[in-house]
Amino acid sequence: MTPSYAPVAATGTFALTAWVILLPLAGAAILLIGGRRTNRWGHLLGCTAAIGSFVLGAVLFFALLAKPGAQRSYDQHVYTWIPVPGFTADVGFHLDQLSIVFVLLITGVGSLIHIYSVAYMEHDENRRKFFCYLNLFLAAMLVLVLADNYLLLYAGWEGVGLASYLLIGFWQHKPSAAVAAKKAFIVNRVGDVGLSIAVMLMYTTFGSFAFGPVLNGASSAKVGTMTAIGLLLLLGACGKSAQFPLQSWLLDAMEGPTPVSALIHAATMVTAGVYLIVRSNAIFDVSPNARLVVTVIGAITLMFGAIIGCAKDDIKKALAGSTMSQIGYMILAAGLGPIGYVFAIMHLITHGFFKAGLFLGAGSVMHGMNDDVNMRHYGALRRFMPWTFATFGLGYLAIIGVPPFSGYWSKDKIIEAAFAQGGTSGWILGCTALLGALITAFYMTRVVLMTFFGQKRWVPDAEGHEPHPHESPWIMVIPMVVLAVGSVAAGFLFSYHNAFVNWLSPVTGISEGHSPINTAVLQVITLVLVALGIGYAYLGYGLQQAPSTPPLGSFATRAARQDLYGDAFNELVFMRGGQYLTRVLVYFDMKGVDGVVNGVSAGLGGSSGRLRKLQSGFVRSYALSMFGGATLLIVALLLVRG
Amino acid sequence: MNPDNYLYLSAILFTLGALGVLIRRNAIVVFMCIELMLNAANLAFVTFSRMHGALDGQIIAFFTMVVAAAEVVVGLAIIISVFRTRRSASVDDANLLKY
Amino acid sequence: MGNTGHGETFLFWVGSIISILGALGLIFSKKIVHAALCLCTVMLCLAFFYMAQGAVFLGVVQIVVYTGAVMMLFLFVLMLIGIESQDSLVETIRGQRWLAVPFVLAFGFVLIGVYAHANLPEFVGTDAANAKGGGNVQSLALLLFSRYFWAFEVSSAVLITSATGAMVLTHRERTVPRKSQRESSIERFERWGKGEKVSLTGLPNPGVYAQHNAVDTPALLPDGSPSEASVNATLRGRDTVRGFRPLPLPGARRNGAAVASRGDAGNEEVSQ
Repeated sequence: MTPSYAPVAATGTFALTAWVILLPLAGAAILLIGGRRTNRWGHLLGCTAAIGSFVLGAVLFFALLAKPGAQRSYDQHVYTWIPVPGFTADVGFHLDQLSIVFVLLITGVGSLIHIYSVAYMEHDENRRKFFCYLNLFLAAMLVLVLADNYLLLYAGWEGVGLASYLLIGFWQHKPSAAVAAKKAFIVNRVGDVGLSIAVMLMYTTFGSFAFGPVLNGASSAKVGTMTAIGLLLLLGACGKSAQFPLQSWLLDAMEGPTPVSALIHAATMVTAGVYLIVRSNAIFDVSPNARLVVTVIGAITLMFGAIIGCAKDDIKKALAGSTMSQIGYMILAAGLGPIGYVFAIMHLITHGFFKAGLFLGAGSVMHGMNDDVNMRHYGALRRFMPWTFATFGLGYLAIIGVPPFSGYWSKDKIIEAAFAQGGTSGWILGCTALLGALITAFYMTRVVLMTFFGQKRWVPDAEGHEPHPHESPWIMVIPMVVLAVGSVAAGFLFSYHNAFVNWLSPVTGISEGHSPINTAVLQVITLVLVALGIGYAYLGYGLQQAPSTPPLGSFATRAARQDLYGDAFNELVFMRGGQYLTRVLVYFDMKGVDGVVNGVSAGLGGSSGRLRKLQSGFVRSYALSMFGGATLLIVALLLVRG
Repeated sequence: MNPDNYLYLSAILFTLGALGVLIRRNAIVVFMCIELMLNAANLAFVTFSRMHGALDGQIIAFFTMVVAAAEVVVGLAIIISVFRTRRSASVDDANLLKY
Repeated sequence: MGNTGHGETFLFWVGSIISILGALGLIFSKKIVHAALCLCTVMLCLAFFYMAQGAVFLGVVQIVVYTGAVMMLFLFVLMLIGIESQDSLVETIRGQRWLAVPFVLAFGFVLIGVYAHANLPEFVGTDAANAKGGGNVQSLALLLFSRYFWAFEVSSAVLITSATGAMVLTHRERTVPRKSQRESSIERFERWGKGEKVSLTGLPNPGVYAQHNAVDTPALLPDGSPSEASVNATLRGRDTVRGFRPLPLPGARRNGAAVASRGDAGNEEVSQ
């Protein structure tokens, strides 16, 4: 079925849409302006704002559920932002099936992480500031997914970038954190250029920023322009979602506190790119070339993240590599077109559950191991942290795609859709996805084995304290449990009677593809590959202990440890190239521009120095010049007047 | 002979006076060359008055003489006061207004 | 095209040559007095021209005012300052001569070319104009006091201003009161008492005990020797002091010869 975009004005319950954003925004404002006075109850206010926003979101969801399928699209106009004739942009919010799904994910996972942070950041004196930034992030992300025009979406886009910077660099006294925050922001900026140019192109092509004119007019616009817009939107998505070639910031972003990694860099912000592509499905539907590029980028990133995750000893960086890879799956699915949009979003939601759960579990492990992140120093933690082990394990099973956990439902659909694309690309993409599943199983099993199984490999920390791993307080355990429940059940619930497909397809459109391989055969192949991955990891890390110092490893391992030389490439090409370019420009500026300016002044100075010698002081020289001048004047007069 | 020749003579005298102003260094001689130029102009005026049959040229020449006399008075006074302070009558020595 | 008569033609050619030579002499002569005299020559020639052209009054005024008064002014000032400064004809400003001559020649050519090229009307002559008022002076007066009256008044202002200006410029303010004769005598004796070589009687004027009344002949001191101080320092510097006849003492015989008349003794002594 083809998607349509025809919202009606929001009335009644749907007028609460703006309040979903305003609650966390007000929370952030109060905590920011209140300052240290709010330190005692700041975290509670932050949690309340997040939970309140989730409650409103739930209300809106049920209100939408009550409406028939075709009438689930509402626009709430808040105020006119730029009232310039010929260039109007409004602040308005658009509520439909796609945005409410994101709202629930953001506010739900966000609330859980707010609650988790109360205990996780308990010993941090800046806890209030942390909640302020978290609320700010919630507000910005909600603006992003609820915006009804691309300009407001861009504003939310920038807002989440800002919140990400503030949160990654939260421990600003650590130089590595500050640098990581800068790196994230700068790489995001590169992507933002793409998004901003795409928005500008949209304005020049359709005359408006709003979703309605753009999405409804896409089918009748020039294919070349739509391809350009699509590629630029992809660039923006690559920046925000850490896709190749802008993936270098995600692993460094793990410098931030673990709740930040869980919320922003697992569940929500990095999925903004996927949202953008799925929302702009009308544009991508018109341009097969843009879709092809999207799928290629998704496939490359999928493999990229998986390979990196295999060699990381830092538990958070391993999970970050996994995030990169899973978002690659989502982007791949989104690039497949109508056969894949719904599954991209479905995987996004399930991934939000289990990845956030995995990150919170990692935080819990770190909490008990004196904030040590090196997995080589873990081992046999399952006896000491049973709840963490349980939730982490459920998340692990979900991510590798073991039925009946949620990852199985969503990832398999993506693999099916990849094969159903048809032609050479379908085979390549499908096989890449399958290979990715194999590697995912391998590295996730590695993480679990190194952390929770085997023998104790604990080392005392810098001050000589032995780690005493203990279960985290219940306020940290409860969110992990909730997320684990989601990891277990969400996928099944979404696929039950194609609930999710039916829910979302009015927005994205759905079409059935024909996979050359039978679906059941495909599922069996996937499970075999997963088992192979688990087995290989068991051979490497289950049967023998991981040495406490990393062994030299093969070329692939070394390359994976260096993030597949992503940073090295960036440094060489962009940093050194940029520095060289700057030096050349500075040289030109100093010699050329300054040379001209200084040359003018020197010329003036020199010529005036020479000219002033005319003032010799001798009356006769003056008399001569007067006489000569008079002669010339007379001659000129005669010539002119005849 | 054509009375125009007086005009040519006046031109020559004027030219010679200008040359003297530019070449000579002694202030008095320069002044005298200026007087020569004035006289040459007077000659031209008188010739023109003869040409037109009107006495206006002579009147103007008369006034030129008056003004030249006044100018000589002041100019020589200046030369004397400059000479008193500087002990030099060369126009090149009064060259302090320079770069 | 009015032709002049033979007399005027002759006057013109002779006078023009003399005036051009005089102008050249003015420019190129080394001694300033010669230059002044050349200028006087030029002015006299011009006066003749004026009279020849019917501007009789102007010609007389030229001689009286210009040559007589203005050139005398020049010569007075020359006396005060000009005699010492000999102007060398070497050019000190670089390139002045090389630039000045072409420019001046160009100017001259332009001027002559303008005159040659111009459409000059026929010469009318001043006879009629002179006759209008009954003579050159009267006609000039008629014109001067009617049409050019304002210029006349202004020129009077100019003259007054210039006279005042000259007085102001050359005024030397006395900073100390002028010494009377008694005071300067007292001062002389005081200085002589201190040992300064000062003449108690003041310097002699030229011509005191002198045989000649000339500036450049020294006077004689009571013992018959010439007084260097009686000749102007300038002339002394120029070494143009004339010789003198030493004054014989009353009744003295020189070289055995009896004292003859003054004239004979003078001739004899001069030959020494």
